[in-house]
Amino acid sequence: MPTTAMNWVGAVVGDAQAHKTGWKIMSEFLTIQGMKVEVERMGSGSPLLVLLSEEAAFERTSPFIDELAKTHELIIPSAPGFGRSDRPDWISNPDDISYIYLDLVEKLGLKNIPVLGMSLGGWIAAEMAVKDDSFISKIVLVNPIGVKIGGPFDRDIQDIWTLHPTKVAELRYHDTDFGKRDYSSTPEDEVTIVARNLESFARYCWEPYMHNPKLKIRLPRIKVPTHFIWGENDGMTATAYGKAFSEQLPGATFSTVAKAGHYPQIEQPAAVLQQVKAFLA
Amino acid sequence: MKAWYFTEMPYPHLPPLDTISTMRVSLESKHFDPKIGADLYNRYLDEYMIADDAGLNMMVNEHHQTATCLDVAAPLSLAILARQTSKGEICILGNPVANRGDPLRIAEEMAMVDCISRGRLSAGFVRGVPYEIFAANTNPTQTVERLWEGIDLIQKAWTSHDEPFNFEGKFTQRRSVNIWPRPYQDPHPPIWLTGSSDFAGISRAAARGFVFATFLQPYEKVRQLFDAYRGSYRLNGQPGGGGTAFMPLVYVADTESEAEAGMKELLWYMLAKTEPQYRNPPGYVPVEFNVKALQGTYAGRTDAMRAQTLEFQREQGVVMYGTPDQVIAQIKRFYDLVGGFDHLLMMMQAGFLDHERTAKNIRLFAKDVYPAIKDLAGTKPLDLPIAAE
Repeated sequence: MPTTAMNWVGAVVGDAQAHKTGWKIMSEFLTIQGMKVEVERMGSGSPLLVLLSEEAAFERTSPFIDELAKTHELIIPSAPGFGRSDRPDWISNPDDISYIYLDLVEKLGLKNIPVLGMSLGGWIAAEMAVKDDSFISKIVLVNPIGVKIGGPFDRDIQDIWTLHPTKVAELRYHDTDFGKRDYSSTPEDEVTIVARNLESFARYCWEPYMHNPKLKIRLPRIKVPTHFIWGENDGMTATAYGKAFSEQLPGATFSTVAKAGHYPQIEQPAAVLQQVKAFLA
Repeated sequence: MKAWYFTEMPYPHLPPLDTISTMRVSLESKHFDPKIGADLYNRYLDEYMIADDAGLNMMVNEHHQTATCLDVAAPLSLAILARQTSKGEICILGNPVANRGDPLRIAEEMAMVDCISRGRLSAGFVRGVPYEIFAANTNPTQTVERLWEGIDLIQKAWTSHDEPFNFEGKFTQRRSVNIWPRPYQDPHPPIWLTGSSDFAGISRAAARGFVFATFLQPYEKVRQLFDAYRGSYRLNGQPGGGGTAFMPLVYVADTESEAEAGMKELLWYMLAKTEPQYRNPPGYVPVEFNVKALQGTYAGRTDAMRAQTLEFQREQGVVMYGTPDQVIAQIKRFYDLVGGFDHLLMMMQAGFLDHERTAKNIRLFAKDVYPAIKDLAGTKPLDLPIAAE
C-alpha cells in the first residue's frame, strides 16, 4: 500500500463528508517544494490517482467519486490554490503543478498506478506523464484541456471568461441545471474554497488560454495506455477537439458519453464509471 | 485646491440601448462611424483647450474596446494637449501599467510629454478597471503585481542618468535601461495613483509621496480612503506631499433646473451598459469579495451607486450640480466631510452633452466656482493609524 511511504505534516478528518458518502475521508497535508498540498484519500481497492477538474469543489462529494471509491482507493490531491492547498506566487500554470505532483507521487511511493484526470486535472495528468510516466499503469482523460490544435485565428476552446455566464453554462453542460450553484446558505469556508478555485483556475489558464503551447509537441512521449472519454455535447471543447487531442498520443483510444457536456462525470456518472472501469480492468 | 477638466471622450451615437447587451468589450465596431468619430475627437480636444483658456487644468484617461471612451491611447491626447495648450497643468490618470506590457515605453512617453509641455505633466498610474482586462488579456490575478513592478521600473528609469541599469523582474526584463529624454521636472513629474478599496496600495502610494485619487465614491468611503492615505504619512515618516484627488460628475448652470438637465445627460456615463462577466473577472478582487459575490451579497460599488436616485447621488457627493453658489457649497461640504482634499477632478462632459453646453459648463465653473475653492487648504498628514490593512 502506498500509505507506508507517507510523510504527513498535518491531518484533518472530514467527518461530515464521511457520513454523507459512507467512506471515511482523510484529508491530509504534505509539504512539497515548500508548499502545503492537501490530499484526500477515500475508498478501498486498488489505488487510483484522481486529478479533479476546475469544478473540484463540486466533484469531491459527487456520486461519481462516491461510486469510484467503492472499487478503488482514491488519492485525490488538491492542485495549488484549490481546496486547501497553498498557492505560492511562482506557480503559474499546469506545467509548474506537474512538478509538485510528481514529487507528491514520489513521496507517497506510488508505483504502477492508474491516473484519472478530468478537464484541468486531465491537463495536469498529461503534463506529468510527458515528464515521467514510469509510475503510471494507465491514463484516463475525461474532456481534458491543455493543447492548442488549430491556428492563431481558430478558437479551439470557447472563452468561458469573455462570454455571458448564461452562454457559458450552455457550453459547459448538456443539462444546464448541473451548472447552477446556489451558495446563499453554504458555509463560508466552503464558499471560500469555491472562490479560491475560480481564481486559481484563471491564474493557470488565462494566458495562453487553457493550453501550453509546448504540450502538443511533447504528448507523443507518453507511452502508457491512454483512453479519452468525451461528453458528446461539450460546447466548450467540442468532440472534434477531443479527437484531435487524443490523436497526438500514438495508440490512445477514444469514447464518448451521450447527454453530457464538458463534465460528463457530473452529468452522466454511471456511463463514465462504466467506461473508466472497462478501460482500467 | 486645483480643479481639473475631464471627459472620457464618449461615442454616444449607438443603436437603441435595449437592442445591445453591452457598450464595453464586445460591442461591434461597425457601430463606430469614423466621420462622426473624427468630429468628436476634434470637438473634445477643442473643449480641453476651452478649459485651458478658462484657467482649468486638464486630465485625460484611457479605456479600450468601448463606446464609453474613444481615448484609447491617453499619451496621444496628452501629447496634443502638451503642444496645443499653454497654461494649465495636464494629468494622465492614468497609464494602465499592468495592461500595457512595456513600462519603459510609458517612461519614455511621459518624459517626452513632460519636455514638450515644459513640465506641466502629472503622470498617473492605474491598475485598470475590470473590463480593461479583456482587451489587454492581462491575467486578472496578477494586475497589482504587474502595476507595482512597472512603477518601480519607471521611477528608476526616470531617475537614473549616469549609466544604463539592469532590470530582471517577473514581468519585464531589460539589461541596458537608459531612457532618452529624461523628464523635464526633476526628479520626475508628480506621480498619481488611483484606488477604490486597496488599503495596502494606498499606504504604498502615501509612502512614496504619490497623489492618491478615487472616483465616484460616496463621501464616507472617500473619507476612509483619504484617512488611510493621510495616516500613512506619519507612519512612513513623511511630512506631507503627494495629496488626494476626487472625481465627481460636475455640471454648473445659471439655474438649478438647467443644471439638473445637464447632470442627467452626464449620467449616461453611470448607466453605461456592461455584460456581467466583464465586471468581475476571477482574481481581480480578493477572494473575500468573491465569497460575498458568490453568496449574492456583493455586486460592486458602481452597481450600488448607479441604482440610486440623483438626489441620493448628490447627497453622497458623487454628482455635484446646480448654480455656481450651490456647487461651491457642495464642494465645500464634501471637502469637510472627507477631511479635505487637494484635487477636484471633474467629469464635465459625458454622453450626448453637446459642445455648447459643455463649453458653458466649463466657463461658468472657471469663472464663478473655481475662485471660491482655489484657496481651500491641501491635505494634511493625520495622526491616525491606517484605517485597515
